[in-house]
Amino acid sequence: MGNALLEIKGLKKAYGEHLVLDGLDLAVDRGEVVVIGPSGCGKSTLLRCVNALEDIQGGEVRLNGELVRRDGKNISQMRQKIGMVFQSYDLFPHKTILENILLAPLKVQKRPRPEAEGEALELLARVGLADRRDDYPRQLSGGQKQRVAIVRALIMHPEILLLDEITAALDPEMVHEVLQVVLGLARSGSTMLIVTHEMAFARAIADRVVFLEDGHIVEESREPKAFFDRPATERARQFLRTFEY
Amino acid sequence: MRSLGLDVLWKGKNFVRLLGGLWVAVRISLISVAISIALGVVIGVLATGRSRVFKAVFRVYLEIVRVMPQMVLLFVVYFGTTRVFGWDLSAEFSAILVFSFWGAAEMGDLVRGALISIPRIQYESAEALGLSGGQVYRYVILPQTVRRLIPLSINLITRMIKTTNLVMMIGMVEVLKVAQQIIEANRQSSPNAAFGLFAVVLLLYFAICWPISRLAGYLEKRWA
Repeated sequence: MGNALLEIKGLKKAYGEHLVLDGLDLAVDRGEVVVIGPSGCGKSTLLRCVNALEDIQGGEVRLNGELVRRDGKNISQMRQKIGMVFQSYDLFPHKTILENILLAPLKVQKRPRPEAEGEALELLARVGLADRRDDYPRQLSGGQKQRVAIVRALIMHPEILLLDEITAALDPEMVHEVLQVVLGLARSGSTMLIVTHEMAFARAIADRVVFLEDGHIVEESREPKAFFDRPATERARQFLRTFEY
Repeated sequence: MRSLGLDVLWKGKNFVRLLGGLWVAVRISLISVAISIALGVVIGVLATGRSRVFKAVFRVYLEIVRVMPQMVLLFVVYFGTTRVFGWDLSAEFSAILVFSFWGAAEMGDLVRGALISIPRIQYESAEALGLSGGQVYRYVILPQTVRRLIPLSINLITRMIKTTNLVMMIGMVEVLKVAQQIIEANRQSSPNAAFGLFAVVLLLYFAICWPISRLAGYLEKRWA
């Protein structure tokens, strides 16, 4: 895969003595949806390393062949191409929904306001929240906030979206509305790297499932349905059994 | 009931003098507050930074300010420096110096507290959108910090206004001193003036501090 959109090579990340990622290799092609999980630690760390929110101790991350580095000069440009949505939504509480979405397009990309606002409203309508544009984040439910967070990432036209357990903090009835949005994105060809605990969702959306253990990939499957039905490694089997009641 | 001695208030220019005294108090607090806020922001930002030396110095500074009575500081600066260093500081300058020294420490601590109360992930989600370090502060962190800061700093400001009456101890004629002078001057003709005049002084302080503290309440509600 020489022309992968995202290439992670030999990625090492340690917190003090504790090695979280130990020489991890992963490549994501354009339009591919890769789900990391379902278990093992270091998944969120991996996503955070991809857009250089973490210092890394070895290896490299490349997007379109360009190095993503925390201290790189072009880090802002690189991050614009890498959308990220966090578990706790993390909207800016002092800004309205519309201002939350417009901050980066206006201040980072320097786009003209009418154009950016037009797109913001379009995207908001797509996630069913056009009428909440002037509300503040605290007035929205968790699921609604998470949909806004997705829009806030999308308006930057990222080449890849990183979704870090975006439904983990939500009530069960709100999980669905958020996952519907993500499914829609997958169908429209977005490239995504997803960390999730929603097994059924992973199964439905993944082009590829990656299973992490002890800081590297222990199992990888391009047929997620087969992976969930007949995992190849004992560790994956063990984990999947914990979801059977 | 006996006379409250309020008649004295309207004798001659007494009321205008009282207001003049109030202005002295307000002027000293306004200048000190402005200096304290400016210095406090810088100190607070530095106190959340990496320098351990600065943090240690700041802690000592804050402790000194908290345990030292402001009046003693005033005396040291106004009376003490004259002979030892040969400085001829005016009373007003000394007062502003002491109040700013106090205010900057307290304000610095408030700014520090407000800054560290902004969750790490607010920085990260802004960075993840491609905002530069400066933009993260300007558009995301500082607006939230200011919102948390305003109610707290207004509390400090009213405390500073109330403490300015210490300056009469270094010879400044502020509102409380004016009231005393008026009472002294009219001891024969209206011996009850102490009650009336000091009550008026209280009301004047109230008239200054109450709107400020209401503003804090309003902002707190609006930005909650």
